[in-house]
Amino acid sequence: MLTEIAQLVLNGLMAGTILAVPAIGFTAIYAVLRFPNFSIASQVTIGAFAGYVANVYFGLPAPVAVAFAFLVSGISGVICDEVVLRPMRPTGPLATAITAVALTIVLENVVRFWFGNDLRGYDLPVLRDWRFGELRVSPQQVENLVIAVIAMACLFAFLAFSRMGKAMRAVADNPTLASIKGIDAITIGRLVSFVGMGLAGLGGMLLGLDTSIDPLTGFRVILTVFAAAVVGGLGSIPGAVVGALTIGVAEELSLLVLDPAYRSAIGFVAILLVLTLRPRGILGERAF
Amino acid sequence: MENYIVAMLVFSGLYGLMALGLNVVWGMAGMINLGLVGFFAVGAYTSALLTKLAGVPIWLGVIAGALAAATAGVAMALTTAKLRGDYLAIVTLGFSEVVRIAASNEIWLTNGTDGVSGIPGPWRGLVTPEAFNLIFLALVAIVVAIVVFLLQRVRHAPYGRVLRAIRDDDQVAAVAGKTVIRFKVEAFALGCGVIGLSGALYGHYTSYIAPDGFVPLITIYIVLALTAGGTGNNYGAVFGSLLVVFFMESTRFITEVVPGLQPVQVAALREMLIGGSLILILRLRPTGLLPERSPQITLAEEKAT
Repeated sequence: MLTEIAQLVLNGLMAGTILAVPAIGFTAIYAVLRFPNFSIASQVTIGAFAGYVANVYFGLPAPVAVAFAFLVSGISGVICDEVVLRPMRPTGPLATAITAVALTIVLENVVRFWFGNDLRGYDLPVLRDWRFGELRVSPQQVENLVIAVIAMACLFAFLAFSRMGKAMRAVADNPTLASIKGIDAITIGRLVSFVGMGLAGLGGMLLGLDTSIDPLTGFRVILTVFAAAVVGGLGSIPGAVVGALTIGVAEELSLLVLDPAYRSAIGFVAILLVLTLRPRGILGERAF
Repeated sequence: MENYIVAMLVFSGLYGLMALGLNVVWGMAGMINLGLVGFFAVGAYTSALLTKLAGVPIWLGVIAGALAAATAGVAMALTTAKLRGDYLAIVTLGFSEVVRIAASNEIWLTNGTDGVSGIPGPWRGLVTPEAFNLIFLALVAIVVAIVVFLLQRVRHAPYGRVLRAIRDDDQVAAVAGKTVIRFKVEAFALGCGVIGLSGALYGHYTSYIAPDGFVPLITIYIVLALTAGGTGNNYGAVFGSLLVVFFMESTRFITEVVPGLQPVQVAALREMLIGGSLILILRLRPTGLLPERSPQITLAEEKAT
């Protein structure tokens, strides 16, 4: 029993670390652009398929393919934001959110048009699980974990030390003050769309590496991604990490008492609990 | 062909009811609801199971379905009433997914992904299928007419004015002494009840419901219908639903225009068109084809002159 719990917590922490990547993307976009960008679901899928193309068609190893996933999703995210979402923003966050849902439907079907509905798997070496006493870990999970941690470390370094990163935090913190200081909100908006959607795509590929991918990959995890962002505090990047780890572990531990089919309902319950008990999330809404 | 057209009109009516429900929640009270299809499913399952398993008469089942959806709406609104609109978007979206998961997995009650079949319909089996179709169309038309009439009353009543005030600025409404939360919860319940009513009718019409029939795409259809018709306008909601069903059905003939497509590609193209047109309408004509006009009040002195 105790080993079982330890195994579940371990699995949960690993799943949570990967979940944190798209959750950071969602929350960063929310912090700067102030609307829930539902189209992150489709960028998760686009990233997963971009990585698939790089991995299976071009034969690149997974750690290189994730960079490709990041780039493709990031660029597609910026283009979609420029063409579809930015013109909607003056009409208010709710109209923009609905537009983002419509955008998700379009993009998801672009992927479906080219790749069909079939499940696809990445081209990965088959490796034996590592054992630590009673606990089991697959080398692929560890590799995913390392990629996720590196991506997050890069992001934190970017936000903490680079000029653009600081500008991004400034806009998130106080847009008026930032614009008085001469920070161009539109450039920062493009930057956050690129980084946020890039992270979503990278996260999509990491999620797909564990299982398989299809055009609904992004939509299936979107509730969990929201849950991670809301539980940690919508708009807070460290919050998204804390939230993702919490949700990851909670989902795994729920297997002790619940049918596995209800895993994705955990996110919903977590959102309701947090909104009722602590509406601003575990870490509040400060961006960084 | 006649049967096909009648069936499409029935679906327009059912979508119209959902759009009317959404119009109460979003058009009148300004709350987002991306979980429409969840409330639709609650209504459909409640009525289907009550009539099939417990032998409840159909009309009672339909009322129970509407009430069950309204109750779910109250629970949802109470949990999220104090939160900003964007949270409501996330929570309602999550709700509809949870309903679908529950419907797929609570096999003892809902028969899981196999769905519930053999749901009774009014006079089904007693008349020819063509006649059943026509009877149901008349029934749906009457229900839509009644709901439009009642919602028009709500809209013109002081109650509707309070809802619009809350939509436009809930702080001002609160300062004017309105209990904003009570109005929001009531509007949400009313809207979800109408959506549940549509779901219940849907089950009795098709005689079969399954979790696959309650995908989030339906929510998009309805949002599109209401936005295209005119958010805030009850007639717009019905008109928009007719348009959406007509539009969706005409895209079926895409294969004849673009040959050599796989069925999955045709399905993808159709969904792209749906999403794309919603984006275009929101961008180019956000008020819809029949824009909302606030009811005018003729003041006493104006009447005198």
